[in-house]
Formats: sequence, structure tokens, C-alpha cells
Amino acid sequence: MAQVLMKDLNKKYDEVHAVKDVNLHIRDKEFIVLVGPSGCGKSTTLRMVAGLEEITSGEISIGDRIVNDLPPKDRDIAMVFQNYALYPHMTVYDNMAFGLKMRKFPKPEIQKRVQDAAEILGIQELLKRKPRQLSGGQRQRVAVGRAIVRHPQVFLFDEPLSNLDAKLRVQMRVELKRLHDRLETTAIYVTHDQVEAMTLGDRVVVMRDGWIQQVGEPLELYSKPANKFVAGFIGSPAMNFADVTIADANGVVWAETPGLKVRVPPACLERLRPYKGQHITLGIRPEDLHLAGGADPSEYTFDSTVEVVEPLGSEILLDIKTGPNMMVARVDPTVRVKVHESIRLALNPERLHFFDMKTEAAI
Amino acid sequence: MRVGQRIRDGLVLLLLAAYATPFFWQLLTSFKPEAELLVLPPLLPTRPTLAHYAVVLQESLLPRALLNSLGVATLTVALALALGLFGAYALARLPVPGKGALMLGIVASTAFPQIATVSPLYLLMRALGLRDTWTALVLANTSFALPLIIWLLAGFIREIPDAIEEAAALDGAGRLQTLRFVILPLVAPALASAALLTFLLSWNEFLFAYTFTATEASRTVPVALALFPGVFEVPWGDIAAASILASLPPVVIVVGLQRYLVRGVLAGALRE
Repeated sequence: MAQVLMKDLNKKYDEVHAVKDVNLHIRDKEFIVLVGPSGCGKSTTLRMVAGLEEITSGEISIGDRIVNDLPPKDRDIAMVFQNYALYPHMTVYDNMAFGLKMRKFPKPEIQKRVQDAAEILGIQELLKRKPRQLSGGQRQRVAVGRAIVRHPQVFLFDEPLSNLDAKLRVQMRVELKRLHDRLETTAIYVTHDQVEAMTLGDRVVVMRDGWIQQVGEPLELYSKPANKFVAGFIGSPAMNFADVTIADANGVVWAETPGLKVRVPPACLERLRPYKGQHITLGIRPEDLHLAGGADPSEYTFDSTVEVVEPLGSEILLDIKTGPNMMVARVDPTVRVKVHESIRLALNPERLHFFDMKTEAAI
Repeated sequence: MRVGQRIRDGLVLLLLAAYATPFFWQLLTSFKPEAELLVLPPLLPTRPTLAHYAVVLQESLLPRALLNSLGVATLTVALALALGLFGAYALARLPVPGKGALMLGIVASTAFPQIATVSPLYLLMRALGLRDTWTALVLANTSFALPLIIWLLAGFIREIPDAIEEAAALDGAGRLQTLRFVILPLVAPALASAALLTFLLSWNEFLFAYTFTATEASRTVPVALALFPGVFEVPWGDIAAASILASLPPVVIVVGLQRYLVRGVLAGALRE
């Protein structure tokens, strides 16, 4: 039960400035996910909260305490590591009990807590085994169990699912979410997998090169990305981008690039006014493209050639080319198109994104 | 192919036999009566006798030397392992300034021939009033065993993932507790190997033992054997019996630790 505050947090190694001016307010009981490509500073941030990395400048507080100078053991946190980091020579029971023994809990209390945790995680039968006798998923559960027996104020997860195979990862993801609903403990979760971030997080923090790019609820990040990086990082397949010129023709404003000419929707006119005659980046998500029908106005349709067809069952991904631009369209599974076929696509004018070419910020 | 295999096996056996011959020769000699010692045949003693063993155990200084050797070796192992573990942990994990150079220095120090240090060490021991004591031998032997132990253990500790220690830190363990409850059990196989090497090194050590000792108070087995008293003739039978007795403790220890040694080797190779 605690909020976590990061104020102007910085981490500098000799050459690298790994975390830059991070400000973040994590609310009590919130499940927050730090996501970004490798080297974006997300793990370093987590490790500073854990006390495993020194803070170069700035401040971290957990609850009402500033923890900058507290050793990890006094921060009342528990962490689940990417490679589990179980004690290889101890049984599952001892692995989970170790933290309580170190804190001098009475034996019956230890026993009760380990049993409870084992029950929650469904690993009662494994308590006498050693880590090497467990499968990857079981080890992961033990690692989680070791964290929850302590009833810490904050859980820290450092890419806990990345060593599991795809199917198990999806299963454990659901279990973690359920666990968080049940325990109602503040959690900070680091991952490079945007799907994990979107499904687990109450809020998601997207990081890049040590900077926070955007903080928001999953769907907010998806529908209103703050910049081109977030737009491209969140969502799979990724958002399509095209460099377009904003041109005014007799009072109608167009976004143009060879093979693609789209009318700028009236709602965006005001925002795009300063960019007239300039290049900007147009973004459109694959699901906001569909095969054009009679009802689609011509100023939001364009011709393209199908290059690859990826039938996924629930949907079909079309890799298409229009002019020099490559795009992906996510279309209905009943659509029948062939490679090299010419098709007319329509885009959803309400779901267009525009980004400044230089700053990459959303317009 | 099969024939080639056979030939190779045969050669290996022959080589092993060649290695073992002096030992078995000693063994046979130790049981031979005086009259058969210097004649051949018979190869095997016609009437096996324990007379040489009786002489060695009752009349010679060997029992006292065995005690000295055992004491010195045990204390050396204890001291060297304790210092070695802390040293190795520090070099493997803590931000020691000049760590690389230090490690290099440790390796380089093993290249020093013992004979080069024996005179200054002798003067040092004399100045400290440690001549003819176990302490002198324990300190000298430890100083010689430590580089190897540190090198061996540091390598092992480095293989333990950092995250395990970080987990222990979050679990509330301090450095010493982590060392005691996490690192120590994990490097136990390496400690067994280090203990064995140190024991053998101390047991076989001759130069220091010969130089620093003057009386039976601290004279170890190798020195005792070298100085075995023979007045008018060399007592080959007695020397053989003493040699056999001298090689028993290391054999017992190697056999006893064998299981851990094998595990240690595998643990190093297979750790995930």
C-alpha cells in the first residue's frame, strides 16, 4: 500500500546517460508498466527504485519516505527477476521463506505465509523440490511466490515473462493480472513487449533513450500517441507512416505524396494551418484502412498494389504499395485479394495522425 | 577401429602401471623381511612381515611427524580457505580499485619459485620468533596456497548470476549473510577442490618445512623421511613402511572428497 514518486530522476554511467529527468507519480495500488526498446532506461529506472542502482540525481520516495539512501532491504519492496534468480541450492519452500527468515519472522508465521502463497500460485506440490527440478513456468511462479510472501508495499517486475515460451507467457500474463487484482499492491512492471504493457498496465509509461515519451492508459496511448515514436511502438502491426506535403487548393487542404492524396479533415485544419506548404508525417493504423466501397468519398480513397497477403484467420494483413510508400492494411477475413492485384483502399478520416517532421511530436 | 581401441586401452594401462610401479615396489618392500630386501627373486615377500611398520611406529619419529603434518595441513587448509573465500568474493564482486592489476599480481606471484623466497622468509620467521613452530609452516604454506585458491574461487563466484545476490539483498540479507547462506553453499564444490589442493600442497611441502624446522616439534613427514636415520646402512624396509604410512592420509582425503570433486567439475560446466 504505497505510492511511488520519482522526481527529476537521472542515472549517469561513465559514458552513458541512461535515465533522463524522469518524473512519475505512481498511485497506490496501481499497476504501472514501463515499456520501450532495449536500452531505453526502463530497467535502470526499476533498479533505482529497488535500490540496486545508485541514483545520480533526483529523488525516489515510496509511501512517504524518501528512499534514495536506503538499502534495498529497508525499502519494503519485492522484485521478480527476468532469469528468476532463485537460490539453486534451496527448496522451493526455502526459496520463498528466505526473505521472512532474514527478517526474523516466527516460524509458524513463515509457514502460513509460504503455504498461502503456494496455494495462490498453485505450487503446493512443489515445495520440497529444488529449482533445477522445475519447468520454466514453475520457476516463474516460485519467483513470484518469493515476492508475495513478504507482503511488500511495492512489487517490482523486471521482464518476468520474457524467458517463457509464447503460450506460457500469455497464460502467466493473465495470472499476474488476476494476482494484482487480488493483492491490490502497487506494482511496477518492466517489459519490452508492448502487448504485455497494454494488457497488464493500468497506465503505461513509454520510454526511449532515457526519456519518458508518454504516460497514459493503454487505449489513450493507442488512440492519442504523443509522438511518432509512441505511435509506431504501440500497436502491432505498427502504424503506417508516409511523408506528405500540406497543400492548399481553392480552400481545400490536402495531404499529398505520390500515390496518395488525402483531404485533411475539417477537424484538423486548425492544427495543420502552420504547416501549409511543408512536409509532415501522416500516420494511419492498419485497421483504419479498408477496401473501398461505393459509400467511401473519393477524397479518402487511394489506389494500391497488393504485395503480400498474410491470412491470420481472424483477419488478413495486406502489405500494399502506393507510389513509393509501403503500408499494411488489416482487412476482414472474408476479403478475397491476390498478390499483385490492384485494389482501392479507403481510410478512416477520423483516425488520421499527423506528426511534425523535425520534433516528431503529434500535431 | 575396435583393434585400434584395444591397442589404445592397452597402452593406457601400461602407462598407468608404469606410474604405479614405484608405489607398489615400496608397498612390497615394506612387507619384506630384512634378508629379502636387496635380492631378486623373490618379487613377492615369502614371509610377509610387519616388522618394519613396528619399527617405524614405535622407534622412529614418524608418528610425531605425521601429527605435525596433519596439524599443519589442517590449519593451512582452514586459514587459506577462510582468507581465500573473502578475498575471492571481494575480487569477484566488490568494486575493488585496481582489481585487474591485483588479479594479475596474484597470478604472477604463483610464478615465483619457492626457493627465491625461502631465505627472506626464514629471516622473517626468525625475527618473529616462529622458528620451529607450526605457525611458521602454516603461514608460509597459506601464502603459497592463497593465490591458487583465490583464483579458483573468484572464477566460481563470478559464475553465480548477480541477480541471485540482488534477490538476497532484497530479501533482507546483508553482505555477510549473503555470503554465508547463498554464496558459500553454491561454491562448496569449489571449496572442496581448493581444500584438497591446499592439503596436498601442505602435505608434500618440503623446502619450508626443512628450512624453518629444527626439531621434531614441527618437523613434517617429508623432512622426517628425508632425514630418516641410518647409521651403518640405509634401512630400506623401514623407509618403505614410513613412505606407505605417509601416503595414507592424502589417499583417504582424496577418496573421501572424490564425490564432491566430480560434482564441482560438473556444476561449473552445467550451470545455466
